[in-house]
Amino acid sequence: MPDNILLRVEKLLLHFRTGKGIVQAVDGVDFTLNYNEAVVIIGESGCGKTSMARAILRLLPRNVHAHTGKVILTGTDVMPMTEEEFRQKIRWARIAMVPQAAMNALNPVLRVGDQVAEPMMFHQGASKATALQRARQMFQLVGVPEDFITRYAFELSGGMRQRVALAMALVTTPDLIILDEPTSALDVLTQANIMNQLKRIKQSMGMSFILITHDIATSSELADRVAVMYAGQIVEVGDALRFFREPLHPYSYKLMASVPRLRETKNPEFITGQPPSLINPPTGCRFAARCHRRFERCAEEPPTFEIAGRLVKCWLYA
Amino acid sequence: MTAVNEISTKTTGGNGKDGQQEPLLSIRDLRVWFELRRFGFGHAGYVRAVDGVSFDLAYGETIAIVGESGCGKSSLMKTILGINRPTKGEVVFENRRLNDLGGRAMQWYRTQVGYVQQDPYGALPPFMNVRRILQEPLIIAGVKNEKERLRRVYKVLEEVKMTPVEEFLPKFPHMLSGGQQQRVVIARAMIMEPKLLVADEPVSMLDASVRVEILRLLRGLQASHNLAVIYITHDLSTVRYFSERIMVMYAGQLVEKGKVNDLLGSPQHPYTRALIEATSDPDAANATTFRDVPPGEPPSLVNPPTGCRFHPRCPHIIKDLCDREVPPDFEVAPQHFTACWLYR
Repeated sequence: MPDNILLRVEKLLLHFRTGKGIVQAVDGVDFTLNYNEAVVIIGESGCGKTSMARAILRLLPRNVHAHTGKVILTGTDVMPMTEEEFRQKIRWARIAMVPQAAMNALNPVLRVGDQVAEPMMFHQGASKATALQRARQMFQLVGVPEDFITRYAFELSGGMRQRVALAMALVTTPDLIILDEPTSALDVLTQANIMNQLKRIKQSMGMSFILITHDIATSSELADRVAVMYAGQIVEVGDALRFFREPLHPYSYKLMASVPRLRETKNPEFITGQPPSLINPPTGCRFAARCHRRFERCAEEPPTFEIAGRLVKCWLYA
Repeated sequence: MTAVNEISTKTTGGNGKDGQQEPLLSIRDLRVWFELRRFGFGHAGYVRAVDGVSFDLAYGETIAIVGESGCGKSSLMKTILGINRPTKGEVVFENRRLNDLGGRAMQWYRTQVGYVQQDPYGALPPFMNVRRILQEPLIIAGVKNEKERLRRVYKVLEEVKMTPVEEFLPKFPHMLSGGQQQRVVIARAMIMEPKLLVADEPVSMLDASVRVEILRLLRGLQASHNLAVIYITHDLSTVRYFSERIMVMYAGQLVEKGKVNDLLGSPQHPYTRALIEATSDPDAANATTFRDVPPGEPPSLVNPPTGCRFHPRCPHIIKDLCDREVPPDFEVAPQHFTACWLYR
């Protein structure tokens, strides 16, 4: 079992300094990811899911107050590495990322082929010819016509640009790709096509994925396991099969109930209230104020309980 | 870009719901084209954003327009709002042709239609507080008495359930959550007590947990004010909870229209079927199957494909027909129309 673990994140913490105080964006996150597995992280905006991805890949802004915990990649903790070592050995070589709105982040004055080849030249020291050859293969893999490598970003549609961003993450054959809202700005048909492509890539290249999204319905297209994040913490982790059928945490339950469904006539519900501020989060369970099943004990912070292989941070399961 | 303004008075028969009662809004063979210019002058073709759209909307009816980005749904909406001028065809609101309205009459028209924007934060001026934002339309409409204006502001804020009202009045948009901002946008659209509300993706920027709340609020307002609503969206899964009829738009044209349950229950046009196939419900089984969706992307509206505009992507193409002749609307079931040669 332990040999199968690609990534183990322990007590990951990322706090930011702001004018109003310390924002506890990621506050003690633990999870593991196996080889060739896709974990989806779902949660509402502001729950810290993007910050968590950035904390893993160390793509941090200047106002970081604290960045601690362990990020163990195939047995080695990468947190103590220097920035230079991390850049050479880990970032893009082992873990790549497709950031949010990546399709709008392409350099407008570079040909897209050169941009896709670049990580290979920078992180693996490949020659330009080899890297371009590889870029061609990646274009094929993600469904962009090969001759597009000489085009510029403005000549491509949104869906094509998103595929190019994905090719850029694939080009170095990393073990893990973090996808941050990869399809949220795209049309329904394009979105379905890209999710199909991701499934194919997962099967053929044996990669692992962390998919960050607020779109629960689409997340189920790739998920082997699901982690639910709320106010900087992971409140539930479980395999997709059981999670989508029967979520355990009251927040997960409410979140699932709020998803409108095309093939069912059940009316969706909504969650009243708002998530707490991450500057001074409540001391007990962070969801308690909005929870329909809270009781006295919720004033204390719940630990994470294990129920038949699923993890849930809620006193109901004590 | 300004819409090409060539007013035609000819009315062609549409396939809308031919009513017992006069419709609130009636659109006949509407075309909205934008001229493309090379280097600022010299004609370089047209973008045919809306190309032959007809439908009727009854008082108090909700209708959803579903389509992908670039299909012309925003151009259609802007024409209904009176921002774009129709190039051809007509928009008739309570027996008045929108093409002919000008000055005063246009100002009247704008009090009759409310607009709920997609991005609430972008739609609210950041330097105005809620009190000012909501008074603005009343000031423009010439309500001079401040007491009267405030009375209406209180009333509308209570209707969108932003209570206690006093607490929200002095707040600026950045002090509100996404859901609250969208409520202010809805309140602003409602303050002139319009007969028609145009909601452009009103929940797509909001979190899942508040989406349903906002849709229910709109539904409630619709019922209590007998408001007609045009709900524009790309998300088929929210349509069922909100509207009575759906129209599916592709490349500037309506390809299928029908009652929500008929259309979602037995979709006819291959494009509608593809949209439904591409929409996921949360289910772990999704991860093990591939979705059968047509490849490719919607065509350019400058040079749309001949015949049926979906034919280059269509899995059921009939050679020498679909790529040549434009399909008319076929009535596949009562009140259920589809523009597809498969049903000839």
